[in-house]
Amino acid sequence: MSKSVKVYSTPTCPWCIRAKQFLQENNIDFQNIDVSSNQQAVDELVQKSGQMGVPVLDIEGEIIVGFDKERIKQSLGIS
Amino acid sequence: MQIYDLIIIGAGPAGITASVYSARKKLNFLVISLDIGGQAAWSGDIENYTGYQFITGPDLAQKFHEHMRKYDTLLKENEEVLELKRSNGVFLVRTNKSDYNSRSVIIASGKRSKELGVPGEKEFKNRGLTYCATCDGPLFSAKDVAVIGGGNSALDAALQLVKIARQVNIVNNRPALGGDEIMRQKVEGAANVTVFNNSQVISVTGDKFVGAIKIKDNSGVRDLSVQGVFVEIGLVPNSAFARDVEKNNRGEIKINLRNETNIPGIFAAGDVTDVPEKQIIIAAGEGSKAALSVFRYLATSKF
Repeated sequence: MSKSVKVYSTPTCPWCIRAKQFLQENNIDFQNIDVSSNQQAVDELVQKSGQMGVPVLDIEGEIIVGFDKERIKQSLGIS
Repeated sequence: MQIYDLIIIGAGPAGITASVYSARKKLNFLVISLDIGGQAAWSGDIENYTGYQFITGPDLAQKFHEHMRKYDTLLKENEEVLELKRSNGVFLVRTNKSDYNSRSVIIASGKRSKELGVPGEKEFKNRGLTYCATCDGPLFSAKDVAVIGGGNSALDAALQLVKIARQVNIVNNRPALGGDEIMRQKVEGAANVTVFNNSQVISVTGDKFVGAIKIKDNSGVRDLSVQGVFVEIGLVPNSAFARDVEKNNRGEIKINLRNETNIPGIFAAGDVTDVPEKQIIIAAGEGSKAALSVFRYLATSKF
C-alpha cells in the first residue's frame, strides 16, 4: 500500500513547485492543498508543523517542512 | 575519481544559461546547486526580460529549468558547495555530500537575503517572519504585515502583498523609498500601504508567532502590530566557499570582461560577481559569456 501524501503549498513558491515536481517524477500520488486564500488550510498547516513556511509535506502523519529531498525519499522509500 | 571539463556552481539564470551553452559545446560538465532558478524563482512579476512582456518569477525559473533539462544535464540538486580549491592540478569542489574534480569552474552561486540582525529574527523565522514574499505571502490573507526595506525587492514584496494582506507597512531606514519609479508609484498609490521612512526595526516580538515589531524613528520607539514580517533589505553574495578567489569589499567575486577571476580556470557569472547591475537578463548573458570563455580556456590549455 502506498502512503498517503499531502502537500501544503502556495501556487508561487519555488520549493513547493520543486517538491510537487519531484513527487510526480517518482510517480507518487499526492493531494495538493493550496493554502492561499484558504484560512482553514493555513490553520491546519500551522497546527501540524508549528510554523508558517511552505511547503509542508504530510506523509502519513510524518511532517516534513521544506523540500527536504533526502527525508522525502527516505519516508517514501524512493532510492 | 572522474575529472569533469567543467563544474557550474549554481542554477540560477547565470548557471543555467552557462549549462545550456556548455551542453551545446558538448562539454563533460556537472551543475551543483542548492536550488533551481535562484533569486529569479523568488521574484514576483517580471516585465523586463526580453521576449516576455510579462512573466512571473516562478514561471520564468520553470522555463529556465526546462531549457536545462532538454540537454539531459547532470544536476546535483540540494547540494551545497563548502569548499573550492586547487588540488593535484585540477579543482576540487567539496559539497555537503561529495567531492568532485574538474578542469574548470564557473561560480554562479548568486546572492541570498541579508538578515536584519535584530532580536526575535531567528526565533520568528517561518513563524511570521520570512524572506520570500512570493512563497509565503499568500499565508497572510487579510492580516497586517510589515515589509522591511525600501529598494526594488521591498517594493516588489509590497506590491505582491497589497493584494493579499489587509494593511502593508513599509519600514524603510532611509528618508525616502528607492527603487524604480514605476514600482514606487504603484506602491504609493495603493490604498492599504503606509510608509515609515527614517525608521529602523529594533526587534521582532510575539508569543508563538509574530505579534509586533518595534520600530525607532526620530520621535522615539513604538510598537507596530503585525502578524507578518517580510525582510527585504538587500542581499549578500554566496562566495565564502571560494576562499582563494579575489573579491571586492562587498564579498562579490572580481571578474574581468571575459568572466575570468584571479585564478586561471575559475570563472564567475551573475549576481555573485562585481558585474555592475544585478538583473536576470544580465546574469543570463554573463552565464553565456562565462561558458564561452571556459570553452576557449579548455581548448587552449594543456592538461
